[in-house]
Amino acid sequence: MTPMDLRRTLRWGSLAGAVMVFTCAVGLFEAFEDRLLVYPFLSLGHVLLLWFLPLAGYQATNEPVLEGMEAPSKGLHNVMAGLVAGLAGGVLMGVFTVVVDAADVRDVFVRLSVRLVDLLTHGWGVPGGLVLIVGVPAMLGMAGGMLHLVSAPVRRRLILALEWALVVALLEQVFSQVLRQLRLGAVGNLIFTRRALEWWAALAIAALVALLAERARGGMGRIKGYLFAADAVRRTRNSIWSALAVLAFLVILPQLLGSLLSELLANVGLFLLMGLGLNIVVGLAGMLDLGYVAFFAVGAYTVGVLTSPISPRFDLEWSWWAALPVAILMSVVAGVLVGTPVIRMRGDYLAIVTLGFGEIVRILFLSDWLAPVFGGAQGVRNVPGIPVGVAEVRGSQPVGVLYFAFGLVLVAAWVSWALQESRLGRAWTAIREDETVAAAMGINVVRAKLNAFIVGAILAGLGGALFAAKVGSMFPSSFELLVSIIVLVVVIVGGMGNIPGVAVGAVLLIGVLGGPTQPGLLAEFAEFKLLIYGALLVFMMLRKPEGLLPSVRRSRELRGEELSQDAWLDRPSGDVEVDARPAGG
Amino acid sequence: MAPRRPVLEFRNVHTHYGPVHILKGVSLSIYEGQIVCLLGGNASGKTTTLKTVLGLVAPTAGEVLVEGEVVNGWPTARIVARGVSMVPENRRLFKRMTVRENLEIGAYLRTDDTSADYERILDMFPRLKERLGQRAGTLSGGEQQMVAVGRALMARPRVLLMDEPSMGLAPVLVAQNFDIIRQINEAGTTVFVVEQNANMALSIADYGYVLQTGKIVLADTARNLLANPEMRQAYLGEVG
Repeated sequence: MTPMDLRRTLRWGSLAGAVMVFTCAVGLFEAFEDRLLVYPFLSLGHVLLLWFLPLAGYQATNEPVLEGMEAPSKGLHNVMAGLVAGLAGGVLMGVFTVVVDAADVRDVFVRLSVRLVDLLTHGWGVPGGLVLIVGVPAMLGMAGGMLHLVSAPVRRRLILALEWALVVALLEQVFSQVLRQLRLGAVGNLIFTRRALEWWAALAIAALVALLAERARGGMGRIKGYLFAADAVRRTRNSIWSALAVLAFLVILPQLLGSLLSELLANVGLFLLMGLGLNIVVGLAGMLDLGYVAFFAVGAYTVGVLTSPISPRFDLEWSWWAALPVAILMSVVAGVLVGTPVIRMRGDYLAIVTLGFGEIVRILFLSDWLAPVFGGAQGVRNVPGIPVGVAEVRGSQPVGVLYFAFGLVLVAAWVSWALQESRLGRAWTAIREDETVAAAMGINVVRAKLNAFIVGAILAGLGGALFAAKVGSMFPSSFELLVSIIVLVVVIVGGMGNIPGVAVGAVLLIGVLGGPTQPGLLAEFAEFKLLIYGALLVFMMLRKPEGLLPSVRRSRELRGEELSQDAWLDRPSGDVEVDARPAGG
Repeated sequence: MAPRRPVLEFRNVHTHYGPVHILKGVSLSIYEGQIVCLLGGNASGKTTTLKTVLGLVAPTAGEVLVEGEVVNGWPTARIVARGVSMVPENRRLFKRMTVRENLEIGAYLRTDDTSADYERILDMFPRLKERLGQRAGTLSGGEQQMVAVGRALMARPRVLLMDEPSMGLAPVLVAQNFDIIRQINEAGTTVFVVEQNANMALSIADYGYVLQTGKIVLADTARNLLANPEMRQAYLGEVG
């Protein structure tokens, strides 16, 4: 029997304890304690509090299987290590509870309350409830350790089943809405109670997923094989078909979603539009622009002052379509004005200067000096919708906005793609890799970079124009630095330099978590949105710096014979450790 | 072959990096069809000389002429368009791009059909044929050198600048490398090569300059330089 590595076990255990303490200290547990996921016993708060324990229990003895070496034996030591890790976490949590109960630390940790201790101890008070606080983590850690005892495919199914049950419960809103639109509302009412999955429904979903998991994997494999077919002709044809399928899906989707979810998706479209623009600047040309919101603001305000009947200065009342070219033109002008002075700077300097410009633009719109034109803090209101034929696209009809946003995104995606494949696109790639050598190849570095800036500005301006018509009013506070940062996070998380990657990032971040001021699917997380954004960003930088969906360039490079050579080259830290997360996790 | 007119000429060129005086009045002429080498130790200003040709470093005094035309202050792209390409020190390929993309970017300024040059380069370096789709950063040092040379040739240059082509290569590859330079030159390209490996460089060159702390201290035909006792002692590694 392999001896248990006590230091490692305790390390994972204390990490789990730290996660629990943190969850309580920032108020996550208490905030979601009453949001039930599985009726009647499991709340989101508990999941957030305890999710790390099985993982820690599993990791405490997880050894990578090395080729040519004997696989580590499985047995009681795995379970024991899990138990010890869980116990360690539990003890840490227990100490924390005792401290919170005995001493008043609420001056520093404003989120801690008397109620928290009550909730944690299940009302049993401090000495008695400690059994729970230590015992439950220990059991969960042990459960994690036990995962070693089952074979890998079974483990994968178990984890997948658990994940799906939780996801369905978490996204109750989407599922019940889609069921309603499909005239299956009764099913929704049956399986959901008080926004939570009935326990038997959760079990049923888990069982179903476990049964179908292998088949689904095979299906995914076939789809991948279809999309990435080796020969170019078939690949092109297949990707045309899949693009059409996606398009058809996008046309049907708003009908299924109803107006609330369409509103969320329209926000996704808006941020995707900006993400595609920023992707050109950051992902393709390699310039870290932190003032991207400036162009968004310019586009929005231009449309606003030209179309609104109560525009502070002008009395034009143009249609959105007439204002659009002006908005694009103004974005170009802004792009040139900001771009020209900063383009010669590199890296950090560029980031800081663009950040400054972004704030300058917002403050200009806020200023008394420009208030006669842009309304200062009052902003511009009553911006009309977009006339399309006999109908009008406006914020109160999210489905229409969604279709319109889809249209703009398609145009932007096409432009991005064409540019990426163009001579200019190749120049950007070269500049990103080695600016000096790119210049020595005859590339006009300054002009190429300025072009990237301008294209980015146009797409952001387009986003602003859409935003103006969608929201109907704008204030300087809609254009905070946070917007730039969130668009950047969308690009980074999705996969820099890759159009589908940006789409994935936008759906995941804006759709699920929500934008700077826009709610997402998990509206209950709104308060903790920035925390999650930050954590996600750190995680991505450490573990998956190329993004969730890396660009074709990278995936092509990483496939085939170079794989073995590159595996260690591409790890930022340079270590060769095999990915040690549990399968499917 | 009789030299006709300088393709590349330096007239009393000075350069500075901030307050540091690098080139202190360098004059040299490279005639069409020649292989000219610039020898010198570390920090003698060799690389700066090449960067000055391309306008990557601006001369503070003196004139740089390409094909008889003063190019001081021109943007790099315009000088490259005049027919100057460079194989940079340490090759500096675009590592994440494939070999094919590296070659294509070499022809960035060309608007005519480049397929003939592409074929010629692959004939010159048959090994690259099987590496075309591979990422340049994963090639061996020798293969990277081939790509770097190929990339520069794709521009169909009048003058090829080479910065320390033998640096970091195994001895057998160094010899191959100089063979290639000779081939390129025989095909009609003027070559200006900067080297520390004086023996090798002089064995293929027509003319040589020796640079020492920013000044040309020796200038002669390659044959005379090889025979020059002072030269032998200082740069060719002979004692006494």
